[in-house]
Formats: sequence, structure tokens, C-alpha cells
Amino acid sequence: MGSEVKKTLESMVEGIYNALGGGEVPEIRMSSRNRDNIVLDKLSSVWKYGDAKVSRSLRTTDGANYVLKNMYMIDFILEMLRDGKSSTLREMYYISEGWGRAKFGTQDESDLMAEDLEVITSLIREDFKLRPEENGASIIGDITIEERSRKGDFKKINCKDDVGEAGYTIPNNVESEKLRLSSTNAKFVLALETGGMFDRLVENGFDEKFGCVLVHLKGQPARSTRRVLKRMNTEMNLPIFVFTDGDPWSFRIFGSIAYGAIKTAHISEYLAVPTAEFIGVTASDILNYDLPTDKLTDKDIAALNAELKDPRFQTDFWRAEIETMLQINKKAEQQALAKYGLNYVTDTYLPEKLGEVGGIT
Amino acid sequence: MSAGRALASHYKEISIAEFFEKNRHILGFDSPQRSLFMIVKEALDNSLDACEEWGILPEIYVEVAKKSDDTFCVTVRDNGPGIERIEVPRVFGQLLYGSRFHAVRQSRGQQGIGITAAILYGQVTTGQPSRILTKTQESDVGFEMYMQINVKENKGTVISEKPVIVSYGHGIEISITAKGRYQTGKQSIIEYLRETAVVNPNMNLTFVDPDGVTAIFRRSTEKLPDPAKPIKPHPLGLEPGEIIGLASVTKEKDLRSFLTGEFNRVSDHVADEILKESGLDGSVSPGEMKAESALKLQLAFRKVKLMPPPVDCLSPLGDEFIRRGLMAVYEEHHPAFYSKPVTRPVSVYNGNPFSVEVGIVYGGELRADDQVKIIRYANKVPLLYQAGACAMTRAVAEIDWRPYGMDQKQGTGVPFGPMIVLVHVYGTRVPYTSESKEAVAAIPEIIEEIKLALKSVGRGLKSFMNRNERREKANEKFNLVMNIIPEIGKKCSKILGREEPNIDRVMSLVANVVFIKEESSKCDGGFEVLVRILNYTSESRAFTLYAEPVSGKIKGEAMWAIPSIYPAGASEITFKVMTESDKYPGTDYYTTGINPVLVHGAEPLPGDWSLREEEAVEDGQ
Repeated sequence: MGSEVKKTLESMVEGIYNALGGGEVPEIRMSSRNRDNIVLDKLSSVWKYGDAKVSRSLRTTDGANYVLKNMYMIDFILEMLRDGKSSTLREMYYISEGWGRAKFGTQDESDLMAEDLEVITSLIREDFKLRPEENGASIIGDITIEERSRKGDFKKINCKDDVGEAGYTIPNNVESEKLRLSSTNAKFVLALETGGMFDRLVENGFDEKFGCVLVHLKGQPARSTRRVLKRMNTEMNLPIFVFTDGDPWSFRIFGSIAYGAIKTAHISEYLAVPTAEFIGVTASDILNYDLPTDKLTDKDIAALNAELKDPRFQTDFWRAEIETMLQINKKAEQQALAKYGLNYVTDTYLPEKLGEVGGIT
Repeated sequence: MSAGRALASHYKEISIAEFFEKNRHILGFDSPQRSLFMIVKEALDNSLDACEEWGILPEIYVEVAKKSDDTFCVTVRDNGPGIERIEVPRVFGQLLYGSRFHAVRQSRGQQGIGITAAILYGQVTTGQPSRILTKTQESDVGFEMYMQINVKENKGTVISEKPVIVSYGHGIEISITAKGRYQTGKQSIIEYLRETAVVNPNMNLTFVDPDGVTAIFRRSTEKLPDPAKPIKPHPLGLEPGEIIGLASVTKEKDLRSFLTGEFNRVSDHVADEILKESGLDGSVSPGEMKAESALKLQLAFRKVKLMPPPVDCLSPLGDEFIRRGLMAVYEEHHPAFYSKPVTRPVSVYNGNPFSVEVGIVYGGELRADDQVKIIRYANKVPLLYQAGACAMTRAVAEIDWRPYGMDQKQGTGVPFGPMIVLVHVYGTRVPYTSESKEAVAAIPEIIEEIKLALKSVGRGLKSFMNRNERREKANEKFNLVMNIIPEIGKKCSKILGREEPNIDRVMSLVANVVFIKEESSKCDGGFEVLVRILNYTSESRAFTLYAEPVSGKIKGEAMWAIPSIYPAGASEITFKVMTESDKYPGTDYYTTGINPVLVHGAEPLPGDWSLREEEAVEDGQ
């Protein structure tokens, strides 16, 4: 695998090298990573990049700086492959301090360029020995996984019996060489946006009562979290239900799980669960359950309007919910359900909502 | 002036001095901090007027000494011609005394009341007499006098007088003790002196503040301004009261010779026409003129055809004074650009000739996020108060500065940016909004002239910015071709472990220009300049190069025939710029014999190269 990666990266460099020597202005072409270039792939039912391309050429200073930084990044990756090392994205950003003119201005710039390299080469960052620094999210529920330890042997962990209250922590690398999903008695997965709600459901024994796996997303879910959800869905046939706050940012969390995120549309097939269901909090819930609310901020309103133009949200359901939210000018947190008592969410709300979508029969 | 005279004649028992004592706010002595400022201003204006009239390079000393918490002694000394000792009570002690009464002439002080009002203010607030020391060239000694103003009789009374030996040839020193408050900031004595120094670069000025701290503004030119020529008043500029005033002092025996003798632009023929229109008898004595006749004359003046007043009666600051003054005072901000000052031709409002001058300073360390600083002058006197009411501020605010590269909300209001705008309105009678002469009235003719001058310097600013922008773009492209692309070549070959590719062709494709780049180094008497010419086009190029330093002079020929340079080839020339500046002023390059779009770092030679100076003057017309 490593030599394949090396070959792909070197051929990219060779393209630049040959153009320079051959008297042609070199350029790097790649899919446009813009919201306007997101299209639904009918076969996989997830959103991917469309046909629009952008090119970075040596004709402009910006383009030339981009190509130069790209070459430095490739050189760094090839070095790690040679030495059997890996680094976090943040470490790479700091290492670029020594790259002179090719130094990154911000970590956003280097992160974005690493993703660009995935798009250009159709490889993933694990191939480049680059990993994010943040921890994955937590799992609690009757599912048994096998994780390869540092010694190299696989260790069985049941996410109900073998873990503490915080649950099992999803590692950064969740590919089969590191993580295997071995067995489960659960009937579905419930993904939760906030830690408060995760803890509430654990304390109320929701996973055992309804036979489900609880996954704490920790806000916008990391790639590894989405990848695990995808694998639980495809390898274990577990349906995925998503329970978040009722605001535009939570709608995006669901979008990234079910449809694929704009930034990672090149690997949507590998991360997105098109059958995932959103069970709330919706704008209709705010009205139906008469929840305590906050007023929408200007940023919230802008985000909702952007979602109205987002190709991924062009369904009757989302249109109605987004427009209702704009109209009532209100948003609500998951924990607003505590208005009716600590058991209301587990005894009433979730059974009702899951019942609607067929999660509980 | 007319108001004062009218009152004097109607209420004989109240002297003008008494009137002003009760109405001192009219003259600007209405607050403790402003009063000290007014004393300095009135004395300094007189000193500068005297020096200018006599062709003397001003040496001025100003001191504000603290006597008690609220009492200060203001001293102003000049090296003007001085005055005869017997003239002192009249010059300093009598309101409305002045040599300017019969003639109309552009000067700093116009009403002959300023310094007397200052003395009066000191007298009223502290009860102390003023000290005046005068020394003329003819006299062996100077005379030191203590003088008070007799308010009832409108005249100065000398309390004591003694001869003193002084070390200088001539000059006047006046000390006024008055109540007041000393302050610094936007509307302060020091700011007034600083702005005065801008428009009087031929002046040496020393200022000692109440803490004993000394500030010195040094002379940066020894040039004398052309003094303004006095002219007789033009009929169109006069109110009936002023016509009566002139009539009461004239030596002419009859009305007809009064018209031809005391007014500007009134010939025998015109005088006959005026008499005909007014229905007045030309043979009556003018001394007896009544208000009714004066009104008839004023109406008749408007009906007859009069030539506009002559224009040589005005004294502008001039190009050199504005430029040198701005440079000397604002150099500490290291501005990137001084505009060529613009002087408008003389115009007339209401029979009064006037004109406008404008200069700007831009960039450097001036604050970019502040509103533009407007320094206003009327007849060479800085105006510090009532900026909002002033025609100069209005004119700046009415122009849309955005096309000239400045920030301005909706194209109106005082713009934002690193800029100082100098506006000077001058004329035989500048219309002020009040007697304290703090703001020029918003006369449409004056605003229009200021706007025309501002737009003209604005165009200069824009072309400076464009030139800068083009330079930056040229530098960016140079960096791209000379640094970034070669580094990409190096990095690729290092990764692949191969030889570095020949990138000349790609460099030419990307650049497709001839780069002209200069480097300068300090040398004796100026700067040594090395110009590198690099051909990054796909063909050989030959052309002619011209150089013109932004300031200073090139030693020797400033034109070079550049022989044919091959693609990816280079050539060099060197020359020396003679300048006294410590900073390399920069050089503009021009080319002929090559398509200008193929050149980075030089402009096409303007067709009117040899006429450039004239062109620049034309622009200011």
C-alpha cells in the first residue's frame, strides 16, 4: 500500500517537473470543493463532488505559492513513508515553519491542502500518515468490537460491560486493520449531539431498555465517528437515528452523517449513511412540545438561508422545517425537554419520535 | 467694522473700546483657554505682517509664562521694523487705527482692532498695563513703555516710558499679562504656531511654554514672499457705511473726483455713468455724504459696467512655501507623497478679489484610520476653531474622494485616510463667519474654487497611488518569476532526485515582460543606482530607457540606448542621483521603442516629455 501511495505522489511531482522542463506552464487540477459543485450520486445515494474543476497554475503568485507548498507537503509525506512515521495535522503545520516561503499561514490552510491532496490523488489522509489531533467520540451499548492494541494483538471490548460511564472511545484510525466490529444484540444506533443528553440516556438506562447503541457525536462528528457509524450500518445492518439540538448547525451535523459533508465529499461514499434518520429536535417539535427556546441570531438566520440553497437539503421535509424555524424565529436545545422532567425524554419523547420513523415497533 | 462705526456715530457717549469691553466674546476672548491663544495670535499676526511688508526674514520669540494659577504673561518679540515711540499709543491703544483704512490690501490682520483688544483684555482681567518695547533702525535706543487703554476716549495712555539699550537693530516686543488657562491639543497655542510655521517656512520661531519647555521651528527657505500690493477698494465690495467712511476722510473736493480718485476701476467715463444712474450731483462735497446718497451710490455701482479688480494685489504662499513648509513640519511622519501644490487663478466675489491654494501630504506614518486632517488658513493665518462652519471644511466634505483612492462613506463628508490637506483662502477681504475670524463663510464662489483646487491635487494623488500600485504588481510578478518558480523547480528535482529543469521558457511564458529593477546605495552627494534589465519575453528586445528621479537630479545623461537583449538575458546600467535627502527618493523610468505592455517597472515615455513642467503648471490652472 505504501509504495502505491509513494508512486501516486511522485507521479504528481513528475507532472510538474516535466511541464517545467518541457516549456509548459505547470498546473494542478482538481474538483471544485464548493457547495455549488455537490451532486447526488444516484448509485450510492450520497452527495459527491460534481464535474466542475479548478486549476492552480504557476501563472499567478497565488497559484505558484500553492504548488510550491504542495510540493513541500508531498516531500514531507514521502519522508514519513520512508521513515515509518506519522504526524498530526497540527504537527505538520508547525513543521512548515521551516519551509521558508512555503510556510503555511494558518492551520486551516494546511488542513485544507491535505484534503485537497486527498481529492487530487483519490487517497485518504491515513495513506499520507496524517491524523487529526481530536479524540473520537464515545460509544455505550451492547456491541462488541476488537481493537488492535499497541502490542499488535486484537482485544475484545463489549461497549456495555467492559467500559466505564464515559463509554468506549473511538480511535482515530477505525479501518479494519485497527478496528473490527464483531457482534451486537442491539436493534439500532442512536447518535446524540451533546454530552448532556448522552449522559441522561445512559443514566436512565435507555440503551438497555430499548436495545440500542448510543453514540456521542461531540458536536460536528469527526471522520472516524462517521466512519464507525457507516460501518455499523453496513456491516451490522443497524439503522442509524440522529438526535440533535434544534438549530441550523445541528441540521448540518445530520447532513454530514446522512448525505456527506461538503469538505469531505470526495469520500462521502465511505463516510455517509444515506438511510440515517433525523428524529429531532425539529422546528415542529418546538411547536408541538412547546419547548423553551432562544431567539435566532443573525448568524443562525444566515445559516438557515444558506441551507435553503444547499442542494443536500432540497427535500420537502427540510424545506418545511427550515422555513418553519425561520418563521417562528426560534431554536431549542435537546435538553429543553427537561422542562417536563428528567424522564420525559426517555419515557415519552424518544419513544414517540422513534415510533414515527419505525425505530421502535 | 461697519457695525462698530455705526454704533460709534449713533451713541457718542459709548466709545468703541467700551463697546468691545462689554462684548469681548465677539473678538474671541470668551474663555480662559482661548484668550491666551488670541493674545499670541494677534501679536504674531501683526509681527508677520510687518516683516512681510518690509521684506524681513522673520525671527520670532513667543513665551507664555505662568504668574499664578490663572494668570499668565504672554510675550511676543519680532525683528520687524519697529514703530516710532510716539506712534505706540495710537497703534496699540486705539481700536480701528491702522494703515489699512484707506487702501484695500491682503494682510493677516484686517480690522486694526485685534492687538488692542488683546491689550484691553489683559487690562480688564488683571488691571495691569501692557509692556511694549520698540526699537527702530534709525533710533539708537529702544523704548520700553507701560501703556493702558483709556476706555472712554478710545486711546492709549502711556504710564511710564524709558529708553533701553537692546542688542538688536529693530523690532517690537509686547508683553500682556492676562487671566487665562494654558492648554495643549488641537486648539492650542503650540498647534497654532506649528500651523503658522507650515505657511511661513522663512521664519525662525522659538516658543517657551509655561513649564519652560522650548520648541523651535527652523527656517527652511530664505525666500521672501512677494508682498501684496495695496489697491483702492473696488466699488462692488462696499457697504453704504463704508462708502460714508471713505467719503468722510477723502481729500477730494467733489463727488466726481471722489469716485475716480478713491475707487478702483472707476474711470472718468464710469464716474459719469455712476452719477447718471444715481441721480447725484457730481460737484457736491463728499464729506457731507448722507446714508441715503451712499445707498444710491451702492445701487448705481451694481448697474454700471465695472472691470473686475486687478489680480496682482494678492500674495499667495506659492508652490515653494507650501511644499517646504509641509515638508519641514510634517517630515516626522515620513509621508510617502507631497502633492504639487495648486494655486487657483484669482477670482472675485462681490467685488473682492480672492484666490485659493491647496497642498496635500499623504501616506507614511500618518494615521490611516483617522479622518483626514484639514489645516485651514485665511490670509496666511491658521484657523483652529469652528472647522465645521468653515467653507474649507465644507469644500473638502462635498467632494467625492473615492475616485482619488480615499475612504469616504457614500462619497460625502470628510474622508478617512493618511492625509493632511492644506487649504489657504486669501484675498483683500476674506469673508469670515464672525468678527473673531475663525471660519471662512460658505460663499458659493469660494467653495467652488476650493473644490477645483482640491480635485486638481486629488488627481496628483491618484496618479501617485496608481504608480505605486503598478510598482507593487511589477514587484510581485518579479518575485513570482525570479524566486517562486525557480524554487518549485528545485523542490521537484530534489523529490525526484533528478537534475534541475531548464525553466527559462516557462519563466518567459509566465512573465512575458521585460523587467526593469533598480537598487540604490548611498554615496557621496547622493545615491548610486544600479538598474537591471531582464528580458523575460520570447524574443530579443532593444529599446531606449529614460530616468527621472522623483526629486534630485541625475548626474550626466538620463537616457540610454539599451542594446538587444536575448530572451532570458539581462543588461545593466548605473547612474548617480544627486540629492541632499538621506532617503533615496525613487526614480521614474520611461521607455520608447518597445510595446509598453511588455515592460514592467517603466512607463511609456509621454509624448510631451519636453513640455512636462509646463504641463504640470497647466494642470494647476
